[in-house]
Amino acid sequence: MVSRIVTGARYGLRDWLAQRITAVVMALYTLVFAVAIFNIPTLDYEHWRNLFAGSFMRFATFLFFVSLFYHAWVGVRDIFMDYIKSAALRLSLHVLVIVALAGYMGWATQILWRL
Amino acid sequence: MNLMQIRLPLPGVVSILHRVSGVALFLALPFLLALFDNSLASAESFAACRAALAHPLLKLILLALLAGYLYHFCAGIRFLLLDMDKGLDLKTARLSSTLVIGVSLLLTLLVGVKLW
Repeated sequence: MVSRIVTGARYGLRDWLAQRITAVVMALYTLVFAVAIFNIPTLDYEHWRNLFAGSFMRFATFLFFVSLFYHAWVGVRDIFMDYIKSAALRLSLHVLVIVALAGYMGWATQILWRL
Repeated sequence: MNLMQIRLPLPGVVSILHRVSGVALFLALPFLLALFDNSLASAESFAACRAALAHPLLKLILLALLAGYLYHFCAGIRFLLLDMDKGLDLKTARLSSTLVIGVSLLLTLLVGVKLW
């Protein structure tokens, strides 16, 4: 019989790398967004909406959200692994966070593609 | 052991604040998404967002979250550099910690002036 360890960082390196790649994506997006927002003459609805309606910014923002939610997952999971000792509670919290983040992804996609 | 007797060095403070700001931003996600949603849904809901954010308390919360984001951004860049073995010696690590706090405060101030 093969015994497996069901908890712990089984995907340690992949997630460690993903945490950093998503961070770089978000950092670059932050710079692009900062330039875009400072170039808006007046922050009214029309300008704000058009900022995200263009195909480049819409895709870039989508990529930002994907990175954000993946990044948040790895970060929150690391924190649970550090502080929550009970495996049952930790697993429940993991499920809760995954469900929430999946929902946020759907929500963010809907916001962007409704424009 | 009395945890209060431990004086955390500055790089340690930068590290724990990175974690705290990350948690705060994570918890704020549904509210920020709701704000993003309403700001883009229609001209009326955009105006409603503006009116809501005119309230000093909400503006202060948004500014605090922005500060958290900017801090997480700056500290994150420092950690990426440390991962690449840059600035690992004590002197540079202390200097970059000071820099992270200073630059993120400055950026928050800039954004705060723009927001207010």
